[in-house]
Formats: sequence, structure tokens, C-alpha cells
Amino acid sequence: MPGTAMMTSMSEWHSVRTMLTRLAKGATLPVATVLLFILALWYAGAVKLNAPLVQDQYERAGRGSWAWSELVSDTMTMERPILPAPHQVLLELDRSVLQTAITSRRSLVYHAWVTLESALFGFALGTLLGIGLAIMIVHVASLQRALMPWIIASQTVPILAIAPMIVVVLGSLGLVGLLPKAIISAYLCFFPVTISMVKGLTSPEPIQLDLMRTYSASTTQTLRYLRLPASLPFLFAGLKVAISLAVVGAIVGELPTGAQAGLGARLLAGSYYGQTVQIWSALIMASILAGGCVGLIGGIQRGLNRRFGGAA
Amino acid sequence: MVAVLEERDVMTSVETTKGNAMPAVDISGVNLVFQTADTPVYALADVNLTIPRGEFVSFIGPSGCGKTTLLRVIADLQQVTGGEVRVNGVSPQTARLDRAYGYVFQAPALYPWRSILRNITLPLEIIGLPKAERLARAKRVLDLVNLTGFEKKFPWQLSGGMQQRVSIARALSVDPELLLMDEPFGALDEIIRDHLNEQLLDLWRRTGKTLLFVTHSIPEAVFLSTKIVVMSPRPGRIIDVIDSNLPRDRKLDIRETPEFVAIAHRVREGLRAGHSYDDQHV
Repeated sequence: MPGTAMMTSMSEWHSVRTMLTRLAKGATLPVATVLLFILALWYAGAVKLNAPLVQDQYERAGRGSWAWSELVSDTMTMERPILPAPHQVLLELDRSVLQTAITSRRSLVYHAWVTLESALFGFALGTLLGIGLAIMIVHVASLQRALMPWIIASQTVPILAIAPMIVVVLGSLGLVGLLPKAIISAYLCFFPVTISMVKGLTSPEPIQLDLMRTYSASTTQTLRYLRLPASLPFLFAGLKVAISLAVVGAIVGELPTGAQAGLGARLLAGSYYGQTVQIWSALIMASILAGGCVGLIGGIQRGLNRRFGGAA
Repeated sequence: MVAVLEERDVMTSVETTKGNAMPAVDISGVNLVFQTADTPVYALADVNLTIPRGEFVSFIGPSGCGKTTLLRVIADLQQVTGGEVRVNGVSPQTARLDRAYGYVFQAPALYPWRSILRNITLPLEIIGLPKAERLARAKRVLDLVNLTGFEKKFPWQLSGGMQQRVSIARALSVDPELLLMDEPFGALDEIIRDHLNEQLLDLWRRTGKTLLFVTHSIPEAVFLSTKIVVMSPRPGRIIDVIDSNLPRDRKLDIRETPEFVAIAHRVREGLRAGHSYDDQHV
């Protein structure tokens, strides 16, 4: 049946071609290209960085000659590589996320949850603080000058330097566990919220403000009916930065506390014992966590957009 | 706050003595100087004008003649540097706090996050009317501007002319005695403009409101007004006040009558006089 075979191959060719057209038109192709590039770079880096260690091992074992292919494959199977290969990290993630019960202290999901809890709490605190500061700054002209330098100065201090102090001070007040970590998160994430909200609350056009004046609307009414809704797009831009900073803050907060749980504790333990694969999988988990949080904020924004005619 | 209360007391007494004879707007010897970096700008110079209730008054003049500024002064959006303004017999501030007027801006100034219905009920929410009353009023004013059925749309889904009609409906929803309109149809094409002019005239006749209307179109001013105030720039001042003898009930074709042409001619003369005066100064 040569005819049928040709028909099949033609229809296959057709579907392949539509698939390729779709790839070329949509975002899939650029996304895949970038991903492949990063993976290739990562693999190349792993081989290059780990090769000297493997060669040392060969020398210590007294091996005079080795094949390149052997060297390359050995660089990707080391227990404590300088840079683990992507598939090693994936296997570790599979083991600690999917193969381990999430209640276990060896589960990465358990640690991610501990970090997420304080990140979200800190995010809520920081957002409230950020919005509150912005509202004060917009309404009281002198506060702009009084507060802004301190707000900016607060962010020039490296968080790694201030985090242990926050932990120590709060610890002496008897506050341990979730709260100190959340406060470090809040310390980081109030800033983008304040900056974007000041911009957003002052975004209404003079004509829109005049309109409120013709209604003899009070300051609170102008805030509620005009400034706050007008600030929504700005707020969401700030919130997306803030939530990823909140995750960073929670992780940093877990370092000096010598926390037993959380992604920060995992990173610390990993670096104590030279478990680079563990460190990298915790890092990947942290970025998945932050990415998921940013996605969630984006989802809320899209939901509000539907309600507000695309103006959020 | 105390001052405001006192003024309110004065207003009540004035109203009882003068009743309906009190003018909607009374402007005497008003000056307004903007202090800029290099030289002071005389936006308004010695403006005197009395507007009785129920009139349709147009302010016409070239850009920068202070017609918008004058409207903003009446609305308490701008403060005079000399003279006195009374709106319904009280200061513009008291009138504003009493929500005595509705203001229609050059641009529709709709809030993009609110549907058409919620844009119109915005002033009513601020006043604090109950929801049923808000919806009833919105329905009424939407019908007045022929926009029934567009309640759920958002501003960007409407054409410029429709948006401006929404902003008129929003001003009407408060049901003010006085309507201040600052070149509301300036950005619209002439066909839509003619149509909206007819609608506006009809609305004014039916409601008996006092209308103050800023424009720089001579036909528009003559077609709409019972009184035309011709203004001239630098310093902004009144050149001529023309009382129209056209009947209140007008159709667009009145623009071809000799009476219409005569009034338009007088307006044009006034504007020209203002300009030559301006040239001598420059």
C-alpha cells in the first residue's frame, strides 16, 4: 500500500509544518531557545569547573591516562561537585520533593512551607506598612521630607548585616520563630510598595482631582474613590517586586537564627557539609516559590482587571 | 469651619429677603493675577457680570482670554486676587460645599475603573444617597443624554462624544440649579457637536437650569445662548455682553436667519475689537 503510506507521511508532514509555524509565531520557540541555552551553559560550566577535581582524583588513583568521554561523565556524577549538573539537581529535587513525605524534615516541600509562611506574613506586614507610609507621605507634605531619607537609607544597609541584629533584638524581647523572619521580610518588601504607591496615589490627573473638589469630597473620599483605585496598577508592580523580596528576606532570616527548618536552614546545612547538590536544589525551590508567588499576584491583578474594566 | 457656618446663615437670610430675584452668579470688580517667575500674568481684569437665574450664558473669546479661569473662579477651583464673586448669593466656597453646581470639564474626566453607571453615581455616592435613589437618578440622567443601555460599559468602550455625554449626565445626576460647562464639545467633530448642542438646548429648556458655557465657536455661542459674553485676552476682560433676541425654542436651521447672522456679526466685531486692542499693547 504505497499510496496510504504516502498519504500518511504527507499528513504527518502537514501537522509537523503547522506545529513549526505555531512554534515560530508563539512564545514557545524563544522560551525554549533561552531554556536550552541556559542548560547548555550550565552543563558546560559543570564540566569545566568540576574537571580539575576529577583529574586530581585520577592522579591520586595513579591513573596516567583517561578518555575525555570518561572525564565528562565523571564530572556529572560527583557527590560534592563545585557546580552540580542540572540533572543531578533534578534528581535531588525528585528525591526530596516527590519521594519524601511532606511532613518529613528531609522533604524540601516541608522546608519551603516553613519559608513561605514567614515570607507571606512578612509580605502582609510590609505591604500594610508600605501602603500606610505612602498614604501619609502623599497627604502630609512635610512627611515626604521627614520620612523619605530614612526610607531610602533603610534600603542601603545590607540585609545580611541587619538581619542578625533584628534577630538578636527580638530574641531578647522573647520573640523567636516566625516573627523575626517575617519582620526581616517586611523590612525588605515595604520599600517597593511605598515607592510605587506614592507614585500611584499621585497619579490622578489634575482634572480628576478638580472633579472631586467640585463634589466637595473629603480627603478620605478622594482617597477612597480616586487615589486608591488609580494607584492599583502601580501597587501591583510594587507587590510583584515585594513578594519576591519577601521570600529572599525569609531565607536570609533563617541563616542567623540557626533555624532548624526552612530553605535558608537547608542552604546553611548544605554549605556546612559541602552538599552543593542540596544547596542548588534549595535554590531552585526558592525560585519556584518566589515565581509562584509573583504568578499569584499576577492572577489577582487579572481578576481585579476584569472587575475594573482593565484599569487595575 | 466656623466661617463657613456663618456664611451659611447669611445665605439663608439673603434668600428669604430676595427670594428668586437673587442672581445665580454675581461678579463685581474681579481681578486675578498669577504670580509667575518673571512677570505677573493678569488672567482677569475688572470683570463685572450679573447672571440671572434660568439663563443660558456663553463665554466666548480666543485662547488665554480667561473664560475658563472665570468659570473656575465661580466653581471655587481658583481664587480671585481682588473683587467679589457671589454664587446664589454666597461665596463660591460655600456654594461648592453646598454642591450648588455641576461642572463639565473640557475632557470627560471619567474614571476608567468605573463602569458608565458607577461613573454617574460617583457624586451621589460621595453625597451619601442610598443605593436605590442613586440608581433611579442614574437611570433618569442616562435617559436625558440618550445613553440608556450603556450602564455596564466601561469608558474606553465609548466614543468621545458619548463619553462627554456621560460626563454631562454625571453633572446632572446631582440635580444642581447651576451647570458650568467648560468647552464640553471642543474636541468633537461638527456633526456630533450640532447634535449635542440641540440636545443640550432641549435639556436646558426642560429643566430650567442656569447654564454657563465656555466656547470659542461663534455659531455654537449664538445658537445656544440667551446671553453672550465676549472676552479678550491679556488682561482677560469682558468686551461686550450681548442679549440674544432669538426665541428660546430653536432648531438648527435658525442659523440661517438674519437675526442669528446679526448676533454672530456683533460677536465677531467684539472679538475683533478685543484683538486690535491687544495688538496696540504688544
